[in-house]
Amino acid sequence: MPKLTINGEPVELTDLDPRTPLLWVLRDSLNLTGTKFGCGIAQCGACTVHVNGTAMRSCSVAIGSLEGREVTTIEGLSPDGSHPVQKAWAQMNVPQCGYCQTGQIMSAAALIASNPEPDDDAIDSFMGGNICRCGTYPRIRAAILSAAQEARQ
Amino acid sequence: MGSSLNIGAPVTRRGFLASLAAGSLVLAARVSPASTLLAVVGQDGSDTAFEPNLWLSIDPSGAVTIVTHRSEMGTGIRTSLPMVVADELEADWARVTLRQAIGDARYGDQNTDGSRSVRQFYEVMRVAGAAARTLLERAAAEIWGVDAAECKARLHEVHHAATGRSIGFGELVARARTLEAPAEGELTFKTPAERRYVGQPVPIVDLADMVTGRATFGIDARREGQLFAVVARSPVLGAPLKSVDDTAAREVAGVVDVLTIPGYEGVHGFQPLGGVAVLANSTWAAIAGRKALKLEWGESDNDSYDSEAFEREMVATSRRAGTSWRTAGDTAAAFEAADEGSVHEADYYVPLLAHASMEPPAAVAEVTVDEDGKAIRCEAWAATQNPQAAQEQVAATLGLELADVIVNVTLLGGGFGRKSKPDYVAEAAWLSRATRRPVHVTWTREDDIRHDYYHTVAAVHMRAAVDERGMPTAWLQRSVFPPIFSTFAPGMTSPSDFELALGFTDVPYVLPNLTVESGDAPAHVRIGWLRSVAHIYHALAVCSFPDELARRAGRDPYEYLMELLGEDRLLDLEGVQYPNQGESLERYPFDVGRLKAVTKRVAQMAGWGRELPKGKGLGIACHRSFLSYYATVVEVDVDRRGALTIPKVWSVLDAGLILNPDRVRAQMEGATAFGASLALHGEITAVDGAIQQSNFHDYKVARMYDSPRAIECEIVSSEALPGGVGETGVPPFAPALCNAIAAATGVRVRRLPISKTDLRWS
Ligand code: FES
Ligand code: FES
Repeated sequence: MPKLTINGEPVELTDLDPRTPLLWVLRDSLNLTGTKFGCGIAQCGACTVHVNGTAMRSCSVAIGSLEGREVTTIEGLSPDGSHPVQKAWAQMNVPQCGYCQTGQIMSAAALIASNPEPDDDAIDSFMGGNICRCGTYPRIRAAILSAAQEARQ
Repeated sequence: MGSSLNIGAPVTRRGFLASLAAGSLVLAARVSPASTLLAVVGQDGSDTAFEPNLWLSIDPSGAVTIVTHRSEMGTGIRTSLPMVVADELEADWARVTLRQAIGDARYGDQNTDGSRSVRQFYEVMRVAGAAARTLLERAAAEIWGVDAAECKARLHEVHHAATGRSIGFGELVARARTLEAPAEGELTFKTPAERRYVGQPVPIVDLADMVTGRATFGIDARREGQLFAVVARSPVLGAPLKSVDDTAAREVAGVVDVLTIPGYEGVHGFQPLGGVAVLANSTWAAIAGRKALKLEWGESDNDSYDSEAFEREMVATSRRAGTSWRTAGDTAAAFEAADEGSVHEADYYVPLLAHASMEPPAAVAEVTVDEDGKAIRCEAWAATQNPQAAQEQVAATLGLELADVIVNVTLLGGGFGRKSKPDYVAEAAWLSRATRRPVHVTWTREDDIRHDYYHTVAAVHMRAAVDERGMPTAWLQRSVFPPIFSTFAPGMTSPSDFELALGFTDVPYVLPNLTVESGDAPAHVRIGWLRSVAHIYHALAVCSFPDELARRAGRDPYEYLMELLGEDRLLDLEGVQYPNQGESLERYPFDVGRLKAVTKRVAQMAGWGRELPKGKGLGIACHRSFLSYYATVVEVDVDRRGALTIPKVWSVLDAGLILNPDRVRAQMEGATAFGASLALHGEITAVDGAIQQSNFHDYKVARMYDSPRAIECEIVSSEALPGGVGETGVPPFAPALCNAIAAATGVRVRRLPISKTDLRWS
């Protein structure tokens, strides 16, 4: 069984089919329910986490493929919600129902990490994999622009 | 009940909580402002909190707890109604905690649906807060030996201006507990200028939890020792299970059991659909186990349902005479008198739509059984819009009394009407009884798309004869759709006055010769209601058709629309069966002036009338729904290959009194994206009775790149009675977009989704 770190903690998982998607290991075995299920087929982004710093859809990553990797979930993005993306999100009252937002935040954090000055088109293309059925898109865009600015300072 | 008023009796906190939990001691039948004052549960005991009514308590430390009884699915209502209580109470919002109510008839209606939470409960909340404030002021007056009229609550303290004294709410609790409740007539309310929270953009209470992943939805609810379940349901509605081979499923690692849930009896209503449940120690194992099931399903009356053939039948029905709902003048004679060349016809069509809330239906239930395996109690935690319906359905499924079913309400990852139907809560309850363990049921996205309570499919036929200026001399409109009531009454094929009142019988134009009709259509899937319900197809027709007539006459669509709306007036609906969302037309008239005002304002904001190059265009639509008024202008950009983007949308809402302008704005933004989803992409189809779509790759919804890039919203500042907000922005979006496409390209889209139409131009 793979050894990996989740939010900085080394984790050794036993009794698991290595094909089990990371999403369900997080949610059902480790009770890290901040990572959400929305589609199970890498279509909606609700399950987005970071694997070695890259945004990945945890519903489509088998746990067996994560040997030695570092996984960060929303619970580990910052100790207290103080990541620039989380702060911008709160400041702009982005969430409506809130369900997609942890995945949106994880995607946005990865976007800013890889592209410190994203423009509208970069945001459209990077965030296109994250569905928000409540339609918080305009605020997500504004919050990303503001978080990117804050992160650059 | 008035005489059994026991507000002054000592109330124990434990007693209060216990009664909340057990659903016992139901005192208030219908929750009105008056009954709010009476709904106190008094018991002997040692606790010390002040519980002036059902909705709040204050403990001696000054901590205020407000009960929030509507479901939070993204509108902010869980925060907004308590703001009203806190405001009238003069509480410090920072010292307020909320308690989410269980499903319990004591709270009155809890079905968070129909955009009515504020309309139905603003007054109740105001009274609850004002009553408590009055008692605190009286308590201070007694302590100081002064006239209560000289004591004023301000920010968690009561002040006596003449002597400069003040005393905290917490210190007043002991005395306040001994006072008689004020009568409704003795209450005073704040003036708009005195409001502290109402009208302010107060952040929702769940904000911090939502950005850190701590917010708990139905899918996140966990009980010690719970099993995770998914259910295989019949691909065709009503097909019985013929055979089950679960050998391979049981061999999947983690699978604990496979059980058959019986099918529903009679008409489906909110009953579980039935099917084969796989229970496992994780959701994933349950899903894997379900894949390994070999199932055979029998025949159903719905086997022959083919959505393409059905569409043709519905359109044909919409072109035949139907049932009349509203008439003016003599439409037949006016058509007779018109030249053939002056008659314009259009057929609009909206397919079945799925709700596809980001969190699919999910709930956990924990049933206690006696030694014979008979259920004696059930407690559930569910993402439900309608906890009382969940309580009723679980009680019916398990054969329990209502009092023995507790439904706790989690946050909802969207609802849009789907989560008003508690079939999934009853599935969890049935499985928990059978396994004697807590069971968590998750619907996968495939389940959600294939077994929804769909937004109904509709065909609307429009026909007008026009004069030389293009104004209608005769107007016929006819709506055909399988009705919502087919879900509750077997074989129901006729629409109700309720559905037709959603933007159809109330067509607000000046139409001297008018006929409004409906036609019948049978349902072959479960029909439900989705954000803005029948307004979706009615607004598409009623707001697109004037644009067609304007263009035909070579007139500006906005000016034409304003002329068609006519004088400012209250729409005359005398003699029309018009439920008006359960409100009288005296309290909530259809005010054409308000509709015109939002339309005029939105046209100004959008700079209506400016020249745009071919391929770009503006479209306008206005619509009253849920007793509120909304107008939208959509700007569209269609390239020569037909690729469409929406650079900007402008919207104006008049919903009367607004509690939380930031959340209202968010609803306007959200309604725009929701409208974009259904206008651009939404379509559920069926072949041989089975739904063809299954997930977001084939049931597309708007993403960031195809949603409007910029949205400018304005809210009319008003002290009028509150109307609905959550749904009101949805109906005008699709017609405004279709009107914009016509302006940009000359192509008229009458059938949704727009993605099915070739928009190329040269
Ligand atoms: S659940 Fe993973 S992308 Fe949707
Ligand atoms: S906030 Fe509800 S789905 Fe995005």
